[in-house]
Amino acid sequence: MRQISSAVPKPQHTRRAPAWLATTGVLLLLAGCSTGDITLADLEAAAEKIDISKIEIDETGDTPNALLNLEKSQVKFGFIKLTDCAPLVIAKELGYFGDEGLNVTLESQANWKILLDNVINGQLDGAHMLAGQPIGATIGIGTKSPIVTAYSLDYNGNAITVSNEVWAKMQENDPELNSPTPKHPISADSLKPIVKEYLADNGEPFPMGMVFPVSTHNYEIRYWLAASGIHPGMYTASDLNGFKDAEVQLSTVPPPQMPQNLEAGIVQGYCVGEPWNQKAVVAGIGVPVVTNYDIWKNNPEKVFGVTKEWAETNKNTHLAVIKALIRAGKWLDATDDSGKLINRQQAAKILSNKDYVGAEEDVIDNSMTGTFVFQKTDVREMPDFNVFFKHEASYPHYSDCVWFLTQMRRWGQITEPKPAQWYDEIAKEVYKPEIYRQAAEMLISEGKLDPSEIPAPDYDGYRPATSEFIDGKTYDGRDPVAYINSFEIGNKEQL
Amino acid sequence: MNWRGHLLRACEVAGLPIFEPFIRLAAGEDKKEQFAGIAKFVLLPIVAIALFIGMWAAAARTVVTDSAKLPSPAATWSAGRQLIAMHFEQKAADRQAKQDKLGEAVQLMAEAKAYEQASLKVSGEKRKSLAATAVSLKQRAVAAVNFEASSAPTFIDQIWTSVGTVFFGFMLATIVAVPLGVLCGMSPWFNAALTPFIQIFKPVSPLAWLPLAFIVIMWYYAGYSAGETYFSKAFLISATTVCLCSLWPTLVNTTLGVASVDKDFINVADVLRLSPTQRLWKIILPASLPLMFAGMRISLGVGWMVLIAADMLAQNPGLGKFVWDEFQNGSELTYARIAFSVIVIGMIGLVLDRIMILLRNLVSFGNPAPA
Repeated sequence: MRQISSAVPKPQHTRRAPAWLATTGVLLLLAGCSTGDITLADLEAAAEKIDISKIEIDETGDTPNALLNLEKSQVKFGFIKLTDCAPLVIAKELGYFGDEGLNVTLESQANWKILLDNVINGQLDGAHMLAGQPIGATIGIGTKSPIVTAYSLDYNGNAITVSNEVWAKMQENDPELNSPTPKHPISADSLKPIVKEYLADNGEPFPMGMVFPVSTHNYEIRYWLAASGIHPGMYTASDLNGFKDAEVQLSTVPPPQMPQNLEAGIVQGYCVGEPWNQKAVVAGIGVPVVTNYDIWKNNPEKVFGVTKEWAETNKNTHLAVIKALIRAGKWLDATDDSGKLINRQQAAKILSNKDYVGAEEDVIDNSMTGTFVFQKTDVREMPDFNVFFKHEASYPHYSDCVWFLTQMRRWGQITEPKPAQWYDEIAKEVYKPEIYRQAAEMLISEGKLDPSEIPAPDYDGYRPATSEFIDGKTYDGRDPVAYINSFEIGNKEQL
Repeated sequence: MNWRGHLLRACEVAGLPIFEPFIRLAAGEDKKEQFAGIAKFVLLPIVAIALFIGMWAAAARTVVTDSAKLPSPAATWSAGRQLIAMHFEQKAADRQAKQDKLGEAVQLMAEAKAYEQASLKVSGEKRKSLAATAVSLKQRAVAAVNFEASSAPTFIDQIWTSVGTVFFGFMLATIVAVPLGVLCGMSPWFNAALTPFIQIFKPVSPLAWLPLAFIVIMWYYAGYSAGETYFSKAFLISATTVCLCSLWPTLVNTTLGVASVDKDFINVADVLRLSPTQRLWKIILPASLPLMFAGMRISLGVGWMVLIAADMLAQNPGLGKFVWDEFQNGSELTYARIAFSVIVIGMIGLVLDRIMILLRNLVSFGNPAPA
């Protein structure tokens, strides 16, 4: 039996029901006799005092599920102040972690680098991570240390925002944009002359911000720019900033500082997750031009990452965490009969707590409740702007991992050409759908999940080929090399 | 000495000249002079503070950008009160949660017993399922009794973390710097050997030290997971950074204090033929204490400044992290809360400084100085 230790505070008031009255008396007894630690014997002695004859025995066996034998029940997870940390926050606040016997502390981190370092050095048990982080850490882009993920926190949820000034110029270049509700998606075509002019006038590339070298945002803004023929720069073995040949220089800025940097003119535009695009709208300092849903429909965004070592030594704890996260994801995406998201307003309220995201509820719910505000005049229905669970969004698909690898190769973060088989091997090293499936099956047997909500048992982890990209290219995770070779800008594979 | 003398002496040693005129007034000394003293030490600062608040309020109305504005004194005050109220609400909620969990644990245990008894009355599959339920209820009871509130640290928690960290770092620095300083002061050769290090490392900013302190702690703690060690890593990283930065003033001042012990004292030691140990404990250390403490006072001030920066950079728990988290929140309340923490940080710095003045005056052998 595990060590039971906890101090007993003195009861402050009596309870309502007689059974609870008895409990309170017992607590007093416990408090009186204990030296600070409650042993199992104390607990049993306390329970003796309660009249158990009145407890109804439910013989159907439909009672609380057995707890997993947790290796560790006190765990600490890190997160960055972004709305897509929601599954972690919800799992804690709604008691899903508690239901699995977990006591979780959530600690905000200053930036993605510190978050990753803290996971690697063991200060954090796990964290809300950029999907590219476990992959980058495993193959050694930046810090090398194997990280795995068994849960995808969400799809979509990012947007690209430009400053008011740049938006005005884009409208000049493309009169169609000069409307309260311009046609979407907006490509970077109208940005191209601005970038060229800036380069000619200043002799340096046009400055834009993204949040981390291996973040979805980096690949998305590069994808969007390159789709219109703007070169966002290449990473090389010696240029780890990715500035080689850049027409747009993408610098790393922590998400919460994006609006301030835009206002200060340090960047002219940025790609970031919510609420930092809506913050620019509310403050009137910038205009979101495109969401990543329009760049690639249902693209993977954040994952829950732990070190490989932690996952191996804390198998049951990991399962318990994933179980709680699946329930949180499901809660977040719950809809009523008309398809309206029913829990998002409450989620926005919880997230607005200063210890979580901390922005105002009004700012958070702008994007979370199924709409997205591009301009004050242009509020669009975007039910899939944040997807936490539906479309099998929380399942760690191998093909999602492969997409990141293709972009890392395309932009030179992976310096050497790799065969298709390598992509599959890395995906299987980093993404752990087997853990997800095991957790989901436990939930199904407890009646908390329906088998139809997870991929079929024979699913191989590769989502069907799709061409729902802003440039219309087709992505099939089984053939990464052909995908890389289909781009005009970026590395080509010659195998 | 009468009560008046004692109190005046206490004011002087504590570095609180502000109370002096009041004591003299109570003792019936020249009223005019004392009122002038009160005007100087009490009224003038109050007027200056009022003026400052007025200017601040005016600035708050003008300094407004698109995304934020300077918080007004009133907003800052109410944000501060709210932060403190939040602390007590949080603690009450945590206590309540713990209490509820304990009650739940006992209840679950009782239920488990009921199931156990019921399982003995039946047989076969039913018995197994009831027994299994009893086991899972017991597991839940154990989980409930082990519950520790895991809410985020409040503003007041962060204050205590910061104060604890700075004291720990400062103690480390003192333990290292004082013996080194004494050696430097006593031996010009040793001093010459250490001088380059002191000159080079003294001006280094904490932000540069931090990653290095980080590596050392990580190396030291490699292989331990959180909770297994006596100190948390984050705490040690902050404390080490504080230590590395606050080492130098104490070291330099101790050296100076030891080296500049009055020649007469040394002559007395020679005449009395004191052994080197006696000389150190009876003459050199007591004579150099005031300067040593003056150095420690600067060290503590530096340590406090450094700690806030280190917390911010490394996201170690503490006031620095509080400020940084608030900055990242970017809500309307953010800046008011930051302004309030600025004032609190300043106040704590003031208290720390006064404590060091008190300590220094206590060892100054009748030569206290107010600042």
